Amino acid sequence: MNLQLSRIKLDDVSFGSQTRIEDDELIVNKGELVDVLEEDRRIEKAEVSLARPGEKVRIIPVKDVIEPRCKVGEGTLFPGSLGEMQQVGQGETRVLDGVAVVTTGEIVGIQEGLIDMWGKGAEYTPFSQTINVVLDLTPVEGIDEYDHEEALRIAGLKAAAYLGEAAEDVEGKEVEEFSLPAIPRRNEKLADLPKVGYVKMLIAQGLLHDSYVYGVDAKNIIPTIIHPNEILDGALVSGNCVAACDKITTYQHQNNSIINDLYRRHGRQINFQGVVLAPELTTLEGKNRNCQYTASLIENLGCDGVIISEEGYGNPDSDLLQICKLLEDRGIKTVLVTDECAGQDGFSQSLADSRPEAEAVISTGNVSHPVKLPPAEKILGNQNTLPNLAGGAEQSLNGDGGVTVELNAVIGSTSEIGYHNLSAELY
Amino acid sequence: MKRAIYYLNQFFGSIGGEEAADTEVMLKEEPVGPAEQFQEMSEECEVPATIICGDNYINENTEKALADIKEILQEYEPDLIAAGPAFNAGRYGVACAGVCKLAVEELSIPAVTGMYEENPGLDMCRRQAIVVETVDSAAGMRKALPDMARIGDKLVRGEELDRPAEENYIPQGRRKTVFREERGSERAVKMLLKRLNDEDFTTELPMPQFDRVKPADPVEDISGARVGLVSSGGIVPKGNPDSIESASASRYGCYDISKMGRFSSNEFQSIHGGYDPVYANEDPNRVVPLDVLRQLDSENRIGELDENYYVTTGTGTSVENSERLGQEIARDLKDGNVQAVILTST
Repeated sequence: MNLQLSRIKLDDVSFGSQTRIEDDELIVNKGELVDVLEEDRRIEKAEVSLARPGEKVRIIPVKDVIEPRCKVGEGTLFPGSLGEMQQVGQGETRVLDGVAVVTTGEIVGIQEGLIDMWGKGAEYTPFSQTINVVLDLTPVEGIDEYDHEEALRIAGLKAAAYLGEAAEDVEGKEVEEFSLPAIPRRNEKLADLPKVGYVKMLIAQGLLHDSYVYGVDAKNIIPTIIHPNEILDGALVSGNCVAACDKITTYQHQNNSIINDLYRRHGRQINFQGVVLAPELTTLEGKNRNCQYTASLIENLGCDGVIISEEGYGNPDSDLLQICKLLEDRGIKTVLVTDECAGQDGFSQSLADSRPEAEAVISTGNVSHPVKLPPAEKILGNQNTLPNLAGGAEQSLNGDGGVTVELNAVIGSTSEIGYHNLSAELY
Repeated sequence: MKRAIYYLNQFFGSIGGEEAADTEVMLKEEPVGPAEQFQEMSEECEVPATIICGDNYINENTEKALADIKEILQEYEPDLIAAGPAFNAGRYGVACAGVCKLAVEELSIPAVTGMYEENPGLDMCRRQAIVVETVDSAAGMRKALPDMARIGDKLVRGEELDRPAEENYIPQGRRKTVFREERGSERAVKMLLKRLNDEDFTTELPMPQFDRVKPADPVEDISGARVGLVSSGGIVPKGNPDSIESASASRYGCYDISKMGRFSSNEFQSIHGGYDPVYANEDPNRVVPLDVLRQLDSENRIGELDENYYVTTGTGTSVENSERLGQEIARDLKDGNVQAVILTST
């Protein structure tokens, strides 16, 4: 399978009469975008704003972040989720590099988080570095939570596809190739290199805790092998918000850092075998089934080593460690990527489960680490939701408009696909 | 110059050996023995006084000895407490730990000491004080004192300490938030390559050691027992009057259920951030089975239901908070003469 991600670097976004790309700038016809979003009868009102890196803007409550893109020729950007099924991972996809769609609006549950575009808060979220096209979406009255969540999820994807169309006639200056031939051919050519796999765990636990594979709710699949290109090209969509700090946004699926860093070494230091998606279920039976099935797939791929990334914390810790143990028992070497719940002072034990086999662990930080963020000049969304959000508390709203939250509430801060530099160390 | 008060036992305080181990708390208005060397090495501190106490005395009369020491410290108002090093001397280590803990917890004075990793005093004070790692005998004095003096200087300057291995102290057990040079995915791939090549690697998160809690014995006769209801499922009165956090909880609520046959969805809701709350909001009894317990009560299958219901949120809640909340709830239950508890989680 051969994918070219062709990047169009964008320096700015502004509103104008026609949605297009001109001189490294994305111009957006706001009215047209609003119309596209309001086509969905579940959405009463859509407002579109911009938030640029460095501006004193806080976006809250954030549901998802999506990278605008465009498939060249035939193809669907998020098949199964937006539009009909059409396999992705092949051909050319144009990327509006530096721009992200961010969905906000009325709180769906109590799980959404925040993005600060400036100052200390910006250090903790990767989405302070993108120029964000922020959709503030108000649902129709009386909508139930599932429809509300879906409407917001689809609206984000639609906006990403709509903006992406601006790249139809623009060629990217930087083209990155992702090419992995069929496994037997890989193995023939790279017989001397260690075979490496990637287990990507996905939360699959209900409202605001769901992930979608080609539009299929991941609660309803058993673990499956998937070509890494398909993930990079829109096969995975986030419907998950738990917790804001370590949910994998759709943007991070599209730019999965573990896949990228494995790809870079493919053919030189490793022979990248592929990805296994492992849904994290709520029941013990489901956990046992998915962990054992995941281990079986990795063993059948003949992997010598594997990276396992978790999504969420708490009960998924037990899935993570069970997969680790099953693989280590088979002689397959593992590295786990997880965050920690070490308490605000950092003195609590970090995980909800423990196995001696987990010798090699990457920490992406303590979700309970408190941060004090200064007042914003502009709030996109509604800051008063904060005390109800995971990571917020009654005392989160400081009188001056500033907030004190745990990293729990900061989007992407402790990303367990290792998207960020944050970590924790024993002191 | 900042001021450090030094603590020593009878031996290092030049009072005597084992025969002087019953020496009561005494004060010498000068740096004695190791305190003198400490003062020479320190760039920031002078040591105007040394507290000396016999190891037996302080371990057998802990309360009195620490009260006397506290009085001295209150009088001097020092910027730092230095104690030991105690190496692997158990009684001395426990004494140093007691003095350091007192200084940090009750007087907010930073403390530095030194111990061998197996000294029983270590676990008593590692979280409060900075404990320099020493060998198991006094032969390590020459190495330990410069470390203690350097760390003491940093503490009085209010400087952050470097990594434990670099400063040569025993980790306090705190997971400190840091930004690393490379992103997590890159570190993961590099760590896996090291494993595949059989090279040395260092995990970023050693596996935690879990306390195992022995389940209580079964209730002999539930039909005569007063039964309590406790949940980590986040079912609270609408509006969340006690502002319990939706994740990473620091508090719990206690609500009167004596007049309720079941939890009404008009009056109760889930504020738990870790699960799909729709079904719990439809019928909160799905998370906390008050309806079923009332039924069992009416059938005389339980003695009676406690009038209070206790609840917190279990997602992302630190073990330390959980322990504290659990102890407080258990104390209330005991005071309420409850003999059995139904615990529900989500």
